[in-house]
Amino acid sequence: MGLRRLNYLYRAVVLEHASHPHHQGAMLDADAQTTLHNPTCGDTINLAVKVDHDHISDLMFTGSGCTISQASASMMGDVLIGQSVDDAKKLIHDFSELIMGKEISSQAQDQLKDAAILGSVAQFPTRIKCAALAWHAAQELLE
Amino acid sequence: MDIKRIKQDFPIFNQQVNDEPLTYLDSAATAQMPNSVLNAIEYYYRHDHANVHRGTHTLAQRATAAYEQARQKVGDFINANQTEEIVFTRSTTESLNWVAQGLTKMINPGDVIVATVMEHHSNLVPWQQLAKRTGAKLRLIGLNDQQELDLDDAKRKIDAKVKIVTIAHASNVLGVINPIKELSSMAHRVGACMIVDGAQAVPHLPVDVQDLDADFYAFSGHKMLAPTGIGVLYGKMEWLKRLEPSQFGGEMIDQVTQQAATFKPVPWCFEAGTPNISGAIALGAAIDYLNQFGMDQIADYERQLAVKAIPRLLAIDGLTLYGPHDHHTGVLAFNLAGIHPHDAATALDLEGVAVRAGHHCAQPLMKELGVDATLRASLYLYNDQKDLDCLILAIKATKEFFENGFEKA
Repeated sequence: MGLRRLNYLYRAVVLEHASHPHHQGAMLDADAQTTLHNPTCGDTINLAVKVDHDHISDLMFTGSGCTISQASASMMGDVLIGQSVDDAKKLIHDFSELIMGKEISSQAQDQLKDAAILGSVAQFPTRIKCAALAWHAAQELLE
Repeated sequence: MDIKRIKQDFPIFNQQVNDEPLTYLDSAATAQMPNSVLNAIEYYYRHDHANVHRGTHTLAQRATAAYEQARQKVGDFINANQTEEIVFTRSTTESLNWVAQGLTKMINPGDVIVATVMEHHSNLVPWQQLAKRTGAKLRLIGLNDQQELDLDDAKRKIDAKVKIVTIAHASNVLGVINPIKELSSMAHRVGACMIVDGAQAVPHLPVDVQDLDADFYAFSGHKMLAPTGIGVLYGKMEWLKRLEPSQFGGEMIDQVTQQAATFKPVPWCFEAGTPNISGAIALGAAIDYLNQFGMDQIADYERQLAVKAIPRLLAIDGLTLYGPHDHHTGVLAFNLAGIHPHDAATALDLEGVAVRAGHHCAQPLMKELGVDATLRASLYLYNDQKDLDCLILAIKATKEFFENGFEKA
């Protein structure tokens, strides 16, 4: 089997997001921000959000990590910006179900855009935390 | 050493991982167990299982004898002056925590504790906490240009204010063995207590605690062919007598009244509650297994494997190896330019190669090396040239995948 299975995890779109991440950089006028670590590998993410009339108007991240954690953060920005806080929480929940290998509705899959492809991480249990890091940070900020 | 035969002693290698033969290169995290150790555990549970030091019946007597015989094997293995200097614990971490806890009363505000930047968190965080409790200061010895312990820095930092010097015997990242004997004499010159984290040394090198002149020496069973959950704290008798127990309860007491208790002598006063009896017996069996070959021979064998591997690793474009290049233990930490170690470790796993990726519980060292994480391949007596061939090939395939693209799925 060998490395061929890597293709499931590192799809072109994942590698593209990791090498050219969206929404990466500092935000000076954030309404809230947080830093989370993945204690097993030392990955770090700082996530900042701006909320306007109960909608996420902007979201930026900084930090360092593996391809999966960086791509996931980039994809998450595409998904969450423009969403109401409640819808964003629901999408975060859907993403969490997806990477744990659970079925989610096709509507939810569509709403998760590129991030839906990270569902393949469920086949790589040691990497689920990498995909989840940014989304945990977002959840913390929105709570 | 007949490596083919050694591998056959370890049933776990008789399997495929991700449809590839298992190449296990993570013994610095935990080592695998040979049949003789697995059999010792099973034999104990099938024939001798009982609680120790309290029953009058035959099984209790057998369990106690086996447990105490294991203590003697451990003492002999590291050349303790007497068997009673061996305390069974849960792990190296527990051993070091008990020392840090038990020496609290000896430390005053302004005293200094010296460790190094290469310490595993288990030999750093307990001392940070001790310093916090007592108002003492923690000083860390740095690295030299070769990424080895800087002895000049050690000489500067071990001064008259120092009460404790605590240092890893072998690094779990850099592949170096620290000059414990020299450091012990520096510590003793200023009247400090010398503590050694031997988790990465006892499984791989001959260790003589008297020659090293260590006051305390800690290590774990699971890195030396025994199961998890059994550890050792060696202490010189004079020091163990000064150490306050951290845990209280059954087994460790002598007399108990309604309001007070007296304790058993060293080492039993530290072993509160029912100990890990099967773990101790298995550790004894692991020592018997290692002794068949002798630690000198095991150390030589691993060193030779590492010496052969290093130029092959360095020949890979973009590979950085941490620690000195001209001498190295079987712990090989490295990174591949442009590939995060976590991504690389997943790729290697798909080729059946088990390595560790992460900060190796040594975040201050990672900072010193200027990285967030590294890959780490670590060797033991059951590894061979073929394992290293698999590693090198898998690294090359991983680089190819991440650098020159992937097939569109």
